[in-house]
Amino acid sequence: MSETLTVRVNGTPVIVPAGSAVAVAVLLSSGTSRTSVSGQPRAPLCGMGTCFECRVEINGQPHRRSCQVLCEENMEINAHG
Amino acid sequence: MDSSSHRNFDVAVIGAGPAGIAAAVTAAESGASVALLDDNPAPGGQIWRGSASGSHHSESTRWLERLSRSNVTLIAGTRVFHAHDGRLEAESDDSLWQIHYSKLILATGARELFLPFPGWTLPNVVGAGGLQAMVKSGLPVTGKRVVIAGTGPLLLAVAGYLSERGASVLCICEQAPFSQLRSFTLAMVAVPRKLVEAAQLRFRCRRAPYFTSAWPVAAIGQDRLQAVRISDNGHLREIECDYLACGFHLVPNLELPRALQCSVKDGFVEVNELQETSQSDVYCAGEPTGIGGMELSIVEGQIAGHSAAGRRNSAKQLFAARTRYRRVVGAMRKTFALRSELATLAKHDTFLCRCEDVSIEDVRKHASWRAAKLHSRCGMGPCQGRVCGAAAEFLFGWTMDSLRPPIFPVRCLSLAAMSSPAIPAQPLGGSQ
Amino acid sequence: MMRATDVLIVGAGIVGAACAFELARAGLRVAVVEERFTSAGATGASMGHLVVMDDSEAQFSLTRYSQVLWEEIHEELPPYVEFERCGTIWVAADEEELAEVRRKCAYYHDRGVHAEILDPQALHQAEPQLRMPLAGGLLVEDDSVIYPPAAATFLLQRAIELGALLHVGKPVVSLSKGSARLADGTTFSAGRLINAAGQFAPRLTPGVQVKPRKGHLVITDRYPGTVHHQLVELGYLKSAHSLTSDSVAFNVQPRKTGQLLIGSSRQYDVAHDEVEPDIVSRMLERSFEYLPALSAFSGIRVWTGFRPATPDKLPLIGPWLEDPTLYIATGHEGLGITTSLATGKLICAQLLGQTPAIPAEPYLPSRQMANAARVETNV
Repeated sequence: MSETLTVRVNGTPVIVPAGSAVAVAVLLSSGTSRTSVSGQPRAPLCGMGTCFECRVEINGQPHRRSCQVLCEENMEINAHG
Repeated sequence: MDSSSHRNFDVAVIGAGPAGIAAAVTAAESGASVALLDDNPAPGGQIWRGSASGSHHSESTRWLERLSRSNVTLIAGTRVFHAHDGRLEAESDDSLWQIHYSKLILATGARELFLPFPGWTLPNVVGAGGLQAMVKSGLPVTGKRVVIAGTGPLLLAVAGYLSERGASVLCICEQAPFSQLRSFTLAMVAVPRKLVEAAQLRFRCRRAPYFTSAWPVAAIGQDRLQAVRISDNGHLREIECDYLACGFHLVPNLELPRALQCSVKDGFVEVNELQETSQSDVYCAGEPTGIGGMELSIVEGQIAGHSAAGRRNSAKQLFAARTRYRRVVGAMRKTFALRSELATLAKHDTFLCRCEDVSIEDVRKHASWRAAKLHSRCGMGPCQGRVCGAAAEFLFGWTMDSLRPPIFPVRCLSLAAMSSPAIPAQPLGGSQ
Repeated sequence: MMRATDVLIVGAGIVGAACAFELARAGLRVAVVEERFTSAGATGASMGHLVVMDDSEAQFSLTRYSQVLWEEIHEELPPYVEFERCGTIWVAADEEELAEVRRKCAYYHDRGVHAEILDPQALHQAEPQLRMPLAGGLLVEDDSVIYPPAAATFLLQRAIELGALLHVGKPVVSLSKGSARLADGTTFSAGRLINAAGQFAPRLTPGVQVKPRKGHLVITDRYPGTVHHQLVELGYLKSAHSLTSDSVAFNVQPRKTGQLLIGSSRQYDVAHDEVEPDIVSRMLERSFEYLPALSAFSGIRVWTGFRPATPDKLPLIGPWLEDPTLYIATGHEGLGITTSLATGKLICAQLLGQTPAIPAEPYLPSRQMANAARVETNV
């Protein structure tokens, strides 16, 4: 599959295969999706929308479960909350 | 922008995994109008994730093709957050759905059981199915070193899949003892295809040692995983790796069945031979009735689909197959029963609740899930106990009480759009 | 050998906990008996708003006294109690409500409570998320918020350190004449008994006029910095006043976690604790009218609770004349968290025959007995 697209994670451009979940873009760049309430770095755990560790801000909307959202060209993703 | 849709269907199916797809397609092929809802962007659930783009799994291809050829209205990317009395409330990123149904089929599947151990919250400690899901969602793992741990047939499936994708599977740690696994293999004679599958999977990752009576005792690293310490038959060993894919088999997703007041017994939804639950017009198929894998889910889905469409005879013709596949349920439960050592892995300051960073020690001191939630805040975060509560059930023997709506977090606007049933529900005692 | 108990308290909610705390501090031997687990009742469901109210002189007196007590104790509260002096802003939507704001302000000033009238600009600056135009507001900066179960636990722990005993999971079936009989058959005897059983108080003391008043709350995910004070519409008072109908009122609280707690609703004569979508809907729609941004916020959880309510909206604090050993401490409706500490003090003074810091007459349970025949039909 040669089709790719570009999103931005914390301002940094990330190139992903089309059809990738936002969680993948996050894993490929910052490696961390959020910071826990006591300050720990966290990343996706369950991959299926039940653990809520993958929450990031997408295009200005916070608390989106990134494992269930597909990347779109020019998406602005803010990880770490 | 926000839009609101009100639709009417003969049959609404919640969950587009194997059971849900089979149910929806079967009902639709009988002439019923069918809606199939799922919170993922595409159908397939967990086991058939990403299968639309082609995979070796012929079963998934067949069913997904049947789905696309059918009249089923697929409503993807949509979370059902409330259900009662012939109506579903569901939310997607930009719309609100109110779906009226005559029959409802719950195919909400299962999720992995995660158990706490030191370091389990480090980035790159993921579920076994979780890592598979992420790879199917585009995560490259070529050359990545992966330790797979936990329990269940999923471990082998994941090992095989990851190996195919170029990962270096360093080892598979199955907590069950070898003797238990041997008897499982014999039980699988009832489902020969599974034996072949298992052998194929084993062959595919043949260089990876398969340890039994083995489990992770710690994940080590600073800001992300660097190594895993495992206990292998009492010996401790430390393995450097990039991912720890660890899951302790599956727990059924019971939130919707419970919200609809379906009878639950021994942790699973009770259904009769037609896959009907205790609530009239509500059916359940697949893992929530018993963890039994794909074949069982498909046939249960078909039976539910036929039943919901009023085709009892067609349903009955599948009973024999279901009986055969059902043997897997008991076999799996026995084989992959969790050993007591797994309840002692967490240290007192290991977090049990990841959403609110509550240590296991702060939870353990309470006598019930309700008290623990109220006082320690465990389970009060967005996951509403899906991770910590399931673990607490194993660790402390507690039962997670039924969730109140919303079943998933949704926009307050969507909450405001919920409406009451015509008749109030049965009075209960007490409060929260 | 078991030592004799001076006071047995039924109910380990915040009122029972505050009574235990004060009585233990006074050197009495205290036992608390709880049917389920601590804070399992209204305390566990409540908002935790520590607020001065001016519905009546008696209500003001009790809430103000209690606020001073919270102030005295707040530095000892551990972090998990989440004490935050965020203040309250009473929001006026129109000129009529603004007149009420002025009245309230004068009332508070006369009695030494810091209050400041906010014009629309100042209101907008204090709370940018409030939709404009609004007529203004009243800022009461000394009001605070806490996490009630944690506060109750703290008070109970302090009481236990001072020798009190706590028994949980022990339903009480009868409470009278210095004796409490438990469902499991055991009997506790004590010099004095306190019925702090919240909405279940009438079960133990027939004749106590307390009825459950159901409320709903919604909590959102974390949105730190969006709301800074507890925001309450002046119409809240109309809602709390109503004795018969279901009502909702705008009432939003910022929690230390950055989550927003959205209330409030009041219903009579509903016994089941199910979440009622129609009520939630009305409550949320009302909140969107004041905070439009809320509609897009993620709502994580909805729950219900039952406030113990009396016909005259004042709590019952004091002796039950039919039984010289029995005291009542309940009926606080929506002010139980606030007035728990004052309740503990009043009960303690009454038990020890001391003069309480504020007059206790308005809260005496005897008023219910005197009016029993008249009030019965109104409740």
